[in-house]
Amino acid sequence: MTTAPEVGRDRRRKEDARLITGRTNWTDNIQLPGMLYVAFLRSPMAHARIRNVDVSGVLGQDGVVAAYTGADLAAEQGSLPCAWPVTEDIVIPDHPPMAVDEVRYVGEAVACVVATDRYVAADMLELIEIDYEPLPPVLDMEAALAEGASLVHSDKGTNASFTWPFSAGDVDAAFGDDAVVVSRRYVQQRLIPAAMEPRSVVVAPEGDGYTMWSATQIPHVLRLMLAMVTGIAEHQLRVVAPDVGGGFGSKLQVTAEEVITLLLAKRLRKPVKWTEGRTEGIQTTHHGRDQIQKVALAADRDGRFRGLKIELLADMGAYLMLVTPGVPLLGAFMFPAIYKFDAYSFTCTGVFTTKMPTDAYRGAGRPEATYAIERLVDEMAVELRMDPMELRRRNWIKHEEFPYTTIATLTYDTGNYEAATEKALQLFGYDKLRAEQADRRERGDAVQLGIGISTFTEMCGLAPSRILGQLAYGAGGWESASVRMLPTGKVEVVTGSSAHGQGHETAWSQIAADQLGVPFEDVTVLHGDTRVSPKGMDTYGSRSLAVGGTALVQACDRVVDKAKRIAAHMLEASEEDIEFEGGTFRVRGTPEPATTIQEVALATFAAHDLPEGVEASLDSDATFDPENFSYPHGTHLCAAEVDTETGMVKLRSYVAVDDVGVVINPLIVEGQVHGGLAQGIAQALYEEAVYDSEGNLLTSTLADYLIPSAADLPEFVTDRTETPSTTNPLGVKGVGEAGTIASTPAVVNAVVDAIRQFGVNDVPMPCSPEHVWRAIQEAGGEPATTLGRGPGR
Amino acid sequence: MIPAKFSYVRPESLDEAVQALDGAGEDTKVLAGGQSLLPLLRLRLAYPEAIVDLTRLGELRGVRDEGGHLWIGSGTTHHELIRDPLVRQHAGLLAQTAATVADPAVRHRGTLGGSLAHADPAADLPATVLTLDGELVVRGPGGERTIPASSFFVDYLTSVLRPAEILTGIRIPKTWGGWNFHYEKFCRTAQSWAIVGVAAAVRRSDGAVAEARLGLTNMGSTPLRAQAVEAAVQSSAPGSHDALRAAAASADDGTSPPSDLHGQADYRRHLVRVLTARALITASRL
Ligand SMILES: Cc1cc2nc3c(=O)[nH]c(=O)nc-3n(C[C@H](O)[C@H](O)[C@H](O)COP(=O)(O)OP(=O)(O)OC[C@H]3O[C@@H](n4cnc5c(N)ncnc54)[C@H](O)[C@@H]3O)c2cc1C
Repeated sequence: MTTAPEVGRDRRRKEDARLITGRTNWTDNIQLPGMLYVAFLRSPMAHARIRNVDVSGVLGQDGVVAAYTGADLAAEQGSLPCAWPVTEDIVIPDHPPMAVDEVRYVGEAVACVVATDRYVAADMLELIEIDYEPLPPVLDMEAALAEGASLVHSDKGTNASFTWPFSAGDVDAAFGDDAVVVSRRYVQQRLIPAAMEPRSVVVAPEGDGYTMWSATQIPHVLRLMLAMVTGIAEHQLRVVAPDVGGGFGSKLQVTAEEVITLLLAKRLRKPVKWTEGRTEGIQTTHHGRDQIQKVALAADRDGRFRGLKIELLADMGAYLMLVTPGVPLLGAFMFPAIYKFDAYSFTCTGVFTTKMPTDAYRGAGRPEATYAIERLVDEMAVELRMDPMELRRRNWIKHEEFPYTTIATLTYDTGNYEAATEKALQLFGYDKLRAEQADRRERGDAVQLGIGISTFTEMCGLAPSRILGQLAYGAGGWESASVRMLPTGKVEVVTGSSAHGQGHETAWSQIAADQLGVPFEDVTVLHGDTRVSPKGMDTYGSRSLAVGGTALVQACDRVVDKAKRIAAHMLEASEEDIEFEGGTFRVRGTPEPATTIQEVALATFAAHDLPEGVEASLDSDATFDPENFSYPHGTHLCAAEVDTETGMVKLRSYVAVDDVGVVINPLIVEGQVHGGLAQGIAQALYEEAVYDSEGNLLTSTLADYLIPSAADLPEFVTDRTETPSTTNPLGVKGVGEAGTIASTPAVVNAVVDAIRQFGVNDVPMPCSPEHVWRAIQEAGGEPATTLGRGPGR
Repeated sequence: MIPAKFSYVRPESLDEAVQALDGAGEDTKVLAGGQSLLPLLRLRLAYPEAIVDLTRLGELRGVRDEGGHLWIGSGTTHHELIRDPLVRQHAGLLAQTAATVADPAVRHRGTLGGSLAHADPAADLPATVLTLDGELVVRGPGGERTIPASSFFVDYLTSVLRPAEILTGIRIPKTWGGWNFHYEKFCRTAQSWAIVGVAAAVRRSDGAVAEARLGLTNMGSTPLRAQAVEAAVQSSAPGSHDALRAAAASADDGTSPPSDLHGQADYRRHLVRVLTARALITASRL
């Protein structure tokens, strides 16, 4: 039986029916007998000493089971972990899950109430009395580093957590007198991940141990970390990530609420549940981005790039969480992007502020890097009076130069920037849009047109364990897979990566179906439960397919190898003469005799007649540790209309040509690109977490923190080129973050391009109408003598 | 949503509802579509002890032609306003404005009465009712009274409604026959609130604009009329886009716009001039 290969097929996602209808096991849907509910009292102050917390008013009230302060749990709650101490002298402050002596951001938990009903628990919070002694908030990174600044952690003597430098080549020479230099200061605003499903956790005591269900991306890492933080033995903890409704990095965390809920279940010997409200989540689920970037690009007059200097301040927030300090480092290697440089220097200082900690958010470090370099290249093009695409062409790595080791020491295995760009330009109609732009400028139209380019690359497939070790990360980057051949020839695939919306169940089924020659429908994929898939590194950094998918291929190969020996025995031939194709074993060159993998599975199960020394199982495990990252790339082009009278930006068209290597399921890739674009465009135009001068988060509802919907986005034109990665046998690269990484600079480049004639060379993100309007005003541009000429809605 | 505890009644008739409210103080709230009240409960910014749910009251629903005016039940949802043939015929601006409110889920629940009673200056429908010279009919323990929209709004989230009063209907005079309308809403995402909104009604005569009525959203603590522009139009009878733009230059006169996350006051002043010009131009069909 030979059927069309599954890989490359537009399979609708197996998991969607249950996810879309909500008829599924979201953590908050879990109800257990005798379950209790915990609610957290949170600090209303950005920075204060806790003089006293009094929960006595709560105890004894109807429905109340217990109430605790941070001090009550101080002996057992431990400190929330930071797994990425990026330098030897890094300052890692203690991070108690519930504050004991001091609060350092609005929303930090200070006490909790456990009740038989979640409404009672919430009501009771108002009866807790707390005496705070206000301390000065620390909100501005640059001020925080100045001499005599108020400290977030007074015992540390500094607001700097670490400084991480990197340098290659002769930077001074590159920036010598004969160089054309463009220097800028860009701000990556703070963002709120806002996954659709709020965080939720349920912990039930079971025997001597505990089962935790959590809306997490990282059940395996979480179990290990919980064991280390709480001292509960690892084998007595089972962590389940049931269906999880999005994460974007925000659920790549070990949270205060997870630790406390576990400790409460332990103390009270009852199942305990916590689910955040949306505002609570906006305040206390880790935030993303928040960097000040001082960047400089040096080039020859003819446009050849010479050097790149990057100085970052990265806002850590009040504490270091799981990978907080590592996020800017993931970007450190990506500033040089697709370009060739003689020299590069990078330094990043992590800064404490009295705000919610930051951590991984879709792209983690790489969007920041891509933004800076792609914005800078556009600015350099203006400086040199060159077409920005031509400038890129002159500097990017040519397809025949791969593998290429960049100035940041990464070796890009493959890529073809020319091909992706060619395709994008065609789809976009670049020349025609440039002509329209010139025409609108000429006419002084109230609506101006801008074109933005982003020829991006990123590193994903996290990560070679060896490199993670060199970067002081606390764990490896391998992934595991197991294949279980059931007696009827049906297949259970177990993966250690942990899907939370990506569609693993479909993609993994497609891979296993091809590798084993079984129908797609005959494969089920199990994940996200430490008891079902005991080994894993979970899902983040566009790693699942490149690393976990490869482990699956290896596990399938092992199944086929075992089956081949048994098939040879069944067909009375020697193993070397057996060939396997489309699920059938036959003797090389002859159509008959033959046996199918399903028949071999049944024969193996029966075990009546197995060859000498062969065990009665086809099941196989594999662990894959990549040698290198993978490097998706692409060319994104954006046309933006800017209403110069109001500052409103409207995206007219967006073309994304991505090269993510071999595509397992085009439909899923398309979905990832669309969602990614929406999120990257959101940073460019809409989203910003704003704290006021007291450290209150002003954007604490979705009415103030603006997330765009389909109605705000143009119809995306997406296409692909396919340059297989050579670092894994599938040739895949990863697509989870590409859209987000690429689109932010493409959009801002387009906005700036549209209004450059007024003297504007930057608009701070998000490019809200007001920011755009002020940029025009501040540049002295008075676009129209009489207002009101632009379009209505 | 985890609001504080409250008691809840759902009367079956208007009389019953009025009784339930009689003597009740500030701590009793009526519930219509819940699209403004529930967010307040969720954030624990409101702590009503009791909620009187109006959604069963047939008396608050429907649209009727009452001769000189249109009567629109306060319980009419935004979605119904968009669709209703009488509203479209006699008060097209209301239908147009309702279509810009939030998203379909909100429009299917939120009501015209709730939007007016809530008196949020950032809401779209109040400025439009003000522009159309609407009147609000109110029932309380002491009987019925009718309040012109121009004296209904007092301050941010504050109207002349007394705690025990129910807004039953809105009257729109049927005098808008020869007028054209446009609601110009300026917001950052399709589903977000207006940074500034301009409701325009325009009557043309002899190829020029003879009269205009203009209501402003989010330009002060209540919805406002752009009286200076109305007067300028009246006196100059603008017959070209440039003339309309010139008239719109005084759109921010007498306003006191807020400064918030979505716009500083000076930006709103600038915007209202631009948007008023655009609203006039679009409505004038010139
Ligand atoms: C996500 C979202 C986005 C929104 N965006 C917009 C927008 O862009 N533009 C806009 O204009 N609005 C917007 N709204 C608000 C929406 O239009 C509300 O429906 C409206 O403001 C209130 O109507 P309601 O029927 O829901 O009133 P409710 O929420 O039920 O009540 C609001 C207030 O009015 C009182 N009240 C209600 N009915 C009466 C009555 N008959 N008599 C006396 N008092 C009464 C209540 O006691 C309460 O104080 C949005 C709402 C949401 C949730």
